[in-house]
Amino acid sequence: MSVIYLLLTLSILVAIVFFIAFIYSVKKGQYDDSYTPSVRMLFDDELVKDVKKNK
Amino acid sequence: MEMQQFYYDNKIVKKFIYATLIWGIVGFSVGLLLAFMFLFPNVTDGISWLSFGRLRPLHTNAVIFAFVGNAIYAGVYYSLQRLLKARMASNFLSNFNFWGWQAIIVAAAITLPLGYTSSKEYAELEWPIDIMIALVWVAFGVNMIWTILQRRQRHLYVAIWFYLGTFVTVAVLHIFNSLALPVSFLKSYSVYAGVQDALVQWWYGHNAVAFFLTTPFLGLMYYFVPKAANRPVYSYRLSIVHFWSLIFIYIWAGPHHLLYTSLPNWAQNLGVAFSIMLLAPSWGGMINGLLTLRGAWDKVRTDPVLKFMVVAITGYGMATFEGPMLSLKNVNAIAHFSDWIIAHVHVGALAWNGFFTFGMLYWMIPRMFKTTLYSKGLANFHFWIGTLGIILYTLPMYVAGFVQASMWKQFNPDGSLTYGNFLETVNEIIPMYWMRAIGGTMFIIGAIVMLYNVVRTVKQGSGVEDELAEAAALTKISKHRRKGEGYHTWLERKPIKLTIFATIAILIGGVIQIVPTLLVKSNIPTISSVKPYTPLELEGRDLYIREGCVGCHSQMVRPFRSEVERYGEYSKAGEFVYDHPFLWGSKRTGPDLHRIGSKYSDSWHLNHFYDPQSISPGSIMPSYKWLIRSKLDKSNTVTKMEAMVSLGVPYSDEEIANAQALMDAQGKQIEENLYQDPDFAESYEADKKYAKENGQDFVEMKDREVVAIIAYIQRLGTDIKVKDEQKISKK
Repeated sequence: MSVIYLLLTLSILVAIVFFIAFIYSVKKGQYDDSYTPSVRMLFDDELVKDVKKNK
Repeated sequence: MEMQQFYYDNKIVKKFIYATLIWGIVGFSVGLLLAFMFLFPNVTDGISWLSFGRLRPLHTNAVIFAFVGNAIYAGVYYSLQRLLKARMASNFLSNFNFWGWQAIIVAAAITLPLGYTSSKEYAELEWPIDIMIALVWVAFGVNMIWTILQRRQRHLYVAIWFYLGTFVTVAVLHIFNSLALPVSFLKSYSVYAGVQDALVQWWYGHNAVAFFLTTPFLGLMYYFVPKAANRPVYSYRLSIVHFWSLIFIYIWAGPHHLLYTSLPNWAQNLGVAFSIMLLAPSWGGMINGLLTLRGAWDKVRTDPVLKFMVVAITGYGMATFEGPMLSLKNVNAIAHFSDWIIAHVHVGALAWNGFFTFGMLYWMIPRMFKTTLYSKGLANFHFWIGTLGIILYTLPMYVAGFVQASMWKQFNPDGSLTYGNFLETVNEIIPMYWMRAIGGTMFIIGAIVMLYNVVRTVKQGSGVEDELAEAAALTKISKHRRKGEGYHTWLERKPIKLTIFATIAILIGGVIQIVPTLLVKSNIPTISSVKPYTPLELEGRDLYIREGCVGCHSQMVRPFRSEVERYGEYSKAGEFVYDHPFLWGSKRTGPDLHRIGSKYSDSWHLNHFYDPQSISPGSIMPSYKWLIRSKLDKSNTVTKMEAMVSLGVPYSDEEIANAQALMDAQGKQIEENLYQDPDFAESYEADKKYAKENGQDFVEMKDREVVAIIAYIQRLGTDIKVKDEQKISKK
């Protein structure tokens, strides 16, 4: 059953990686605003005019 | 702030969409063929590469990795660029991802029917293809992370977190589960044995479902459902909680696939506890998806895209409710090994993955081709025939699973099994198999209608290969502090990060070095009478793997009165120490085989392989005529034994040197046993005479494949000789 140590190590490692990512993202302010992103993603498909061609 | 113009790469998305549709129909069709094989077992009679055991992994791999895999890439490549306001970082990596993945699928479609398989579920592909998968997957991840670094939107929308989680975890799972020692170009042995192999496999197998079929699709759900409904997700905060809680709990639930097996009890219970906890994040996500449609339910009535998505999310909710329930030991005792599990996974695959993919494609394609859907009516037809197909598929399978499992456990008042003959329990559910095949047919008809609809939509539209977009550049923080700074200088400036990366690197290195020694040590038998397989049995075992017998036959007698009565003494962990890979199986379409050894005569097995129905009328096992005719390839036996030695199996040098002679002797013994059957002697002599008269090469019975597989089957479960002990104790 020693393989369980491998699996535990790996699982904990993956968890640590995600935990660090979580702390990092919180500190970076990723989750300071928990509303705007949900609306912003709805507005990204507007057609834009090609600056170079229309000049 | 400077506005920048750039182009979204639509071409790569299009390629993945076409691949999704084509492989989807291929994968469903193979599944349908398999469904009909339950009804007409010999429909592909005599064609080895169209036999059930070899096609089953083709079906699962095609649906999971070809259909769902390409759908994930299509959705991710579409949404990631738009969420980050940036084109994919590297056209080369995008195309490498696409063509590499298709090459893997083609390689799988060739090798699996030819019998090249590792036999580990959803990881059947042999080692060269495994390496390709790792490379392509890393290319996908690098491309994604590189794009994230070039983003013009600082906030990472929740969907991207799901994509990142998927990438990291699948990479780790795939690499560690696929660790194997190559024997030849397309043959390898798992480095783990028995219980350990089982644990690693289901740690992988469960998480393949979690991180390949679930988390990427949740990411896609958080992008495409709000888009299609044109309203923000119900709660963005909940979506973040959903992601982090799901990701931390999911990875621990694997052992629930091994309840009541030889896995230590504490590991089983750990898996159960985490599986039950999973209900909370899963349903949090499902509710968040459905409630996004609050106030938009009128759209669901008219928009086929939303219809598909609603059924998909509902299917996700049903499957993730059922999952924790199936992890309860008392429920699992009934459902495991039965068709109930087939129903469970198809709710997930057909409804959640299938319908979500359909909805997503119906939404993306008109937008990418600047047109409207060719026919809304056909899309609605697809929706209804697909939904009815799912119902007609899954409900009978639930009934079949429950009925059959109940029959397995039914006792007479005198303590004997009511349905002592396994076949009775199979024949009882044949009508359910019919309904399943009809349900599956309906689902495929829907998919074909969709293909037509998509082709017409694409034809009437005009594809924009590079879509123009505009966004402000991301303002850099303290730009000139970093001037001229290389990667390592940057890393050094961040001591904590450096430490973490270094630790991870060291841990990985340490794990790789330490684990093999641990494994070899723990493979020393705990039961002294358990001996390695003889060379012929080892070859027979490889045939058992090649033919995919494990797809229908388990080798794990659980410690229940009903199973001990039916099959024999329950399986012990110490009996599997030489099993590289383990062959416990997950489905009993036929009976368990762990105690089959010396239960029937050699000639019974020969006749049964030749024509199962002649021995067991009504059996749904196909015939394996090619095993009886083909000559056993003994050229690799020594290499195989040497590989086993490096994995800790104690073959002596003498045994390895005499491998051919040992095989010959054991083969001769079986041939002699077969001669005791006068029918065999007669027809065998006639064949021999015929070959001689016509100048053909004649392969002696002892050199044929069937003898090796009989040798293996007769060995199964006989090492601990419980039969004698039982007889003594009964007296």
